[in-house]
Amino acid sequence: MLNTVYQLVRPRQFEIHFEDISMDNEHILVRPTHLSICNADQRYYQGKRSEEILRQKLPMALIHEGIGKVIYDPSGEFQVGEKVVMIPNTPCEQDDVIAENYLRSSKFRGSSMNGLMQEYVQTTADRLIRLPEGINDLVAVFTEMVTVCYHAISRFDRTAHRRRDVIGVWGDGNMGYITALLLKARFPEVKICVFGVSDTKLNDFSFVDETYRVSEIPSDLSVDHGFECVGGSASGQAINQIIDYIKPEGTIGILGVSEDFVPINTRMILEKGLRILGTSRSGREDFQGLIDLYVEQPKIVEYLEKIIGGVVEMKDVKDIVAAFEMDIHKMMGKTVLVWD
Amino acid sequence: MSNIYGVVLAGGIGSRMGNVEKPKQFLELGGKPIIIHTIEKFVVHPGFDEVLVLSPKAWISYTRDIIRKYIPMADKVTVLLGGSTRNETIMNAIRYIEEKGNLDDETIIVTHDSVRPFVTHRILEENIRFAGEYGACDTVIPATDTIVESTDNLKITDIPNRRYMYQGQTPQSFRAKRLKMLYEALSEEEKEILTDACKIMVLKGEHVHLVQGENFNIKITYPYDITVAKALLGMEDKTC
Repeated sequence: MLNTVYQLVRPRQFEIHFEDISMDNEHILVRPTHLSICNADQRYYQGKRSEEILRQKLPMALIHEGIGKVIYDPSGEFQVGEKVVMIPNTPCEQDDVIAENYLRSSKFRGSSMNGLMQEYVQTTADRLIRLPEGINDLVAVFTEMVTVCYHAISRFDRTAHRRRDVIGVWGDGNMGYITALLLKARFPEVKICVFGVSDTKLNDFSFVDETYRVSEIPSDLSVDHGFECVGGSASGQAINQIIDYIKPEGTIGILGVSEDFVPINTRMILEKGLRILGTSRSGREDFQGLIDLYVEQPKIVEYLEKIIGGVVEMKDVKDIVAAFEMDIHKMMGKTVLVWD
Repeated sequence: MSNIYGVVLAGGIGSRMGNVEKPKQFLELGGKPIIIHTIEKFVVHPGFDEVLVLSPKAWISYTRDIIRKYIPMADKVTVLLGGSTRNETIMNAIRYIEEKGNLDDETIIVTHDSVRPFVTHRILEENIRFAGEYGACDTVIPATDTIVESTDNLKITDIPNRRYMYQGQTPQSFRAKRLKMLYEALSEEEKEILTDACKIMVLKGEHVHLVQGENFNIKITYPYDITVAKALLGMEDKTC
């Protein structure tokens, strides 16, 4: 079958490409119904990755956040028409120690293999998670992004010391919102403080205990642990501010991606005996854990509805371009593409 | 009850294709016969209860064989004998549905050229939806070339406004019972002229809705089209 693949061929230019899919007794076909744009997609779209990386990776279909309907499943694991979320990380080996999302051999949709911007996605049952009935599609679509925060918190939980009176989250964007929301859901007794730059955005964090502008943090404030959810050029400032306000032996979870090297105050990391915990992407375990949490605590989904940004119906390439351009100019929230 | 049928029209013997051994729908593209690519699109679309493939008499067994070879879960595919014309082929499909006792006012057929393997899920989806809503629909793309009319093949008699011109593709989809009724009411002479099923509907005053096609939803008719199809697939064309 000739599958239509919408590939980015160079920054800001998508082209249609066809790939043959053979129907076999192993692979499942999923029709993507909703996709959402991540900053990583934007870095490719706007040409913000290095020329060498762009040359190496393009043409490639973007998007790693998406849900769809199973349309063909020879394994019998899913019913035709069932709604699923697709796991973009695709391990090529099994390792009992290293998580699937850290294996250097793993592929990732929209980074080292074609993303979800395809007519059909051919995959295997272990890369799909059944969605709960009635879940809002416009929230379910960015499940992957939420699993990244879920994964970071799970790793933090396994790593950080047990005193957790106050946890700080730096960043008032989508990542900060989701991390703070999941921290509150998983550790309701812990005081969650969010640090950001925009009062408008900080006002949306109604579920946390305190919010502060980064320029007006009280000098006597301290946190046991901190999460950096800023990324980009400001991530260094955020990490260094966490180092200033964190108590000794605290753990700093870093989630923000930066294209450049970030200078950080290593002297104070040593003096305070801090742990820096890098996290990236997520795996099947995180997807299943998060979906279970959605079912247990439906109010999480309700809060996530607040970060649904623009919704674009997509029929052809010009709609895709319109969605990416709209996403660039958004203040906050996720841009969702509804695949007609 | 089964109510939505894919109808893949493979009745033609490819007289326009030049010196080829097989009808054009059986030529290979990307390692598979073109018709297989097309049938696969219908098989994986959950909207279809059954996919009927209408084949020329001499190629029926061959069609069944290649479907068995390439499509593992082909339970919902049935190969039938095509008719002498395009419309007669469609009528054969409708008669089959009727014989099964499944033809009623709601029955929809999505008819498609077997040599248009680049049809998309969206196009099929909209055909099913609009045939249900309006009774009939036709897949088209806006005309890019100016259309020139000449009724005597010597001089221009009209140049219609291109804004209103579209190029027809397939699928064409219908409420099957209504189409059959209108077709059977035609005289033999009218049947000769009205080779396009949508035209029958239009002439009888029926609403035929437009479905946005795709410029890559090409019909593989001439050897040149195979070259284009291979280019779309990113393959080198060794026939050139």
